[in-house]
Amino acid sequence: MHGTVSEFGNRAQGNGTSRAAILEMSGLRLEACSVDVWTPIVHGINLTVHKGEVLGLIGESGAGKSTIGLAALGYARDGCRISGGSILFDGTDLNGCTDKKLRNLRGKRIAYVAQSAAAAFNPAHRIIDQCIEVPVHMAGRRRSQAIKDIKRIFGLLQLPDPESIGDRYPHQLSGGQLQRAMVAMAMAGHPDLIVFDEPTTALDVTTQIEVMASIRHAVEHAGTAAIYVSHDLAVVAQMAHRVMVLRHGAVVEEGEVGAILHDPRREYTKALVSARQTSHAHRPVDTDDEVIISVEDVRASYGKSPVLNGINFEIPRQRTVAVVGESGSGKSTVARVITGLLPPDRGVVRYGKGILPSFYGKRTKDELRQIQMVYQMPDTALNPKHSVRDVIGRPLEFYLGLDKVQREKRIRELLSLIELDPDEFIDRTATELSGGQKQRICIARALAAEPSVIICDEVTSALDQLVGEEIIRLLNDLQSRLGLSYLFISHDLATVRAVADYVLVMRSGDIVDFGSTDAIFNPPYHEYTELLLSSVPEMRQDWLYKLLQDRDNKKATDLRKRIAAT
Amino acid sequence: MQSSLKLLKTAPPTAFLGLTILTVVLFAGVFAPWIAPYGETDVVGAPGLSIGGDFLFGTDQIGRDVFTRILYGARNTVGIALLVTAMAFFIGVVFGLISAVSSRWVDQVLSRLVDILMAIPPLILALLILTIAGTSVLNMVLVIAVLDSTRVFRLTRAVGMNVAVLEFVELARLRGEGTWWIVRHEILPNITAPLAAEFGLRFCFVFLFISALSFLGLGIQPPTADWGSMVRETSTLISFGIATPLVPAICIALLTVGVNLIVDWFLYQSGMRKE
Repeated sequence: MHGTVSEFGNRAQGNGTSRAAILEMSGLRLEACSVDVWTPIVHGINLTVHKGEVLGLIGESGAGKSTIGLAALGYARDGCRISGGSILFDGTDLNGCTDKKLRNLRGKRIAYVAQSAAAAFNPAHRIIDQCIEVPVHMAGRRRSQAIKDIKRIFGLLQLPDPESIGDRYPHQLSGGQLQRAMVAMAMAGHPDLIVFDEPTTALDVTTQIEVMASIRHAVEHAGTAAIYVSHDLAVVAQMAHRVMVLRHGAVVEEGEVGAILHDPRREYTKALVSARQTSHAHRPVDTDDEVIISVEDVRASYGKSPVLNGINFEIPRQRTVAVVGESGSGKSTVARVITGLLPPDRGVVRYGKGILPSFYGKRTKDELRQIQMVYQMPDTALNPKHSVRDVIGRPLEFYLGLDKVQREKRIRELLSLIELDPDEFIDRTATELSGGQKQRICIARALAAEPSVIICDEVTSALDQLVGEEIIRLLNDLQSRLGLSYLFISHDLATVRAVADYVLVMRSGDIVDFGSTDAIFNPPYHEYTELLLSSVPEMRQDWLYKLLQDRDNKKATDLRKRIAAT
Repeated sequence: MQSSLKLLKTAPPTAFLGLTILTVVLFAGVFAPWIAPYGETDVVGAPGLSIGGDFLFGTDQIGRDVFTRILYGARNTVGIALLVTAMAFFIGVVFGLISAVSSRWVDQVLSRLVDILMAIPPLILALLILTIAGTSVLNMVLVIAVLDSTRVFRLTRAVGMNVAVLEFVELARLRGEGTWWIVRHEILPNITAPLAAEFGLRFCFVFLFISALSFLGLGIQPPTADWGSMVRETSTLISFGIATPLVPAICIALLTVGVNLIVDWFLYQSGMRKE
């Protein structure tokens, strides 16, 4: 990443409005089909992207941002259709264009980068063969020339070893590298416009920075126009010149990045900008708290590969212990060991004073009842064929032996507790709920067992920012009302700050930092914690630039010190 | 009921064609004694009369009315095929689900047993067993049901496993639910669509298998009418330019195509197939 910082440092100034438009959508309407009825999902959007300009599209899920992004390629997903308006790409209207014409444009002149590169690459072919498909097969360039060119692009994207990385297969690259390889594939045809659809959402914060930096560098360098779709305003702020805030298929607000960040006009935009600044008042840390769960010297492994290398911690009553770390750090494994899904190789988990059997099948009904789980993906955590009544009713019947009348009463109480109207929701199935509502039902199911500990595994990660905040508020509220303890697993430091009393920072199976939330989030920091903290995108336009500059400076000072030492 | 009517309204023409064929065949099978102009085994005319003439589909090699025997054949062949498919499904689904949710070695033992059964060509295995055990309808039903259940087992295990790894199943295990409850409430409701589609396909294969066995003389025994043996019995007539053997053959083909059209629609409904 050396030497690249300065090149895009002045990005913010070059906002390109004076340049010619490459893409002009006017009155764009899209419809989606469900059970033979076409319902509008995008209601007449006007959008312009100028040459060399990056436009950010931001909004929560269902806002229509990805759909609009795809429409820029003249494409509508299965079950969707473009129902009106025009999509002028360099003078050609893509709406109503023949398939042949569209095929000719896509890849060569407009390219697309998907959220999950792992799913977008064909695992059976080498990276380089997939990347040069467009130049060789569509643009008719010579293979050797295309290979030379793509290697240059690999270098531009700061991929390690650009000469030979293309010879690898997709599974031999890390998530961040694969995402950059996908950007390389999109840039291979030297398109005029690239649509980035949440390209960093699935990545860890530290990896996200690398990918963001290299995308920005490459786009800047090639002078390509881009549409950058994301749900994270802080990320878009680093990447785009202009931002368009979308909600329910309509534009809420549009403007320069600086204007949106510092002077949002609409309530919704204000909420988005201020969302990350919430924090809750921490209860004073008290060392005399009664311990509910203690994890003692636990080592665990999947097959032969160790995942946890002897960890110790305690969960006090009515407290929240957060486990943070990047993917692969072993934070979810902690939950699996405590619930008994993965018996540890060594060490014990205690509930109160007694040792819990290491395998869940050996635990008594009451031991199982005390520890409940809430998962990351509410979609797969709820059986799509069960109604809300079945979902919440089952633990009531199973653990507490309530009869039908008592159950009905309790289900309604629980629904009110999680702030959903019982009459409206009790008969719905999971497919008739939104993401946030599903997660609330999952929480209600956990509460139905009347547990003392709830393990929350990335409970807000799959939710929109504002919906996630609501869930956090609910969890905090329930904790003080019902005296629950939480083990809160998350990679999102902002969320952790808002819920946790204690924080555990994990890295490759070890606890590298532990302390009260205030201690962790205030200096002096542990080195790794500081890296994580500094990698969380902030709502400042120059954040990425400054951060990379700082890191470069630090590296340079370190190097100088080392040279001086020798 | 209302929802299935609504579903029927959305059916494409191909599915309608399939449904019509199936309904006609089922109707013919159930009401054969009332519709048929003659008795199942009555000799009513000269042998080998051609199509048209006094008899709608002509007569067979000993002078029985082919139209009558087609109707009775629907009853025998299709009825037995349904019974066999149902049995194959019962065996296959039960063991497939056990395999999907049980520990790894239970799964291994069951799967390898099935592999062994599947390694032997089914027709040859069936011929062998039926020759040893004797050619009764009961034996044939049992043999085909067991052989076919291996395919059902494979499918059930595969789709069952896809559901079994989902978090709501993990949660049910953590709650302390028994295996049977998990299978019954969490897994089975989520795999009915592919199983229903497979039922249609299996039915076709079973039906063809019975026809093949009958054609080889080891299936349904004469004088009982069934479409497979009718093709075999009348096959020599075709060398005299008489099209009678084609009639049961066409019936077999039509029913197979019809059921497949319905299955396609089912697969489309359950999102397993596009267009």
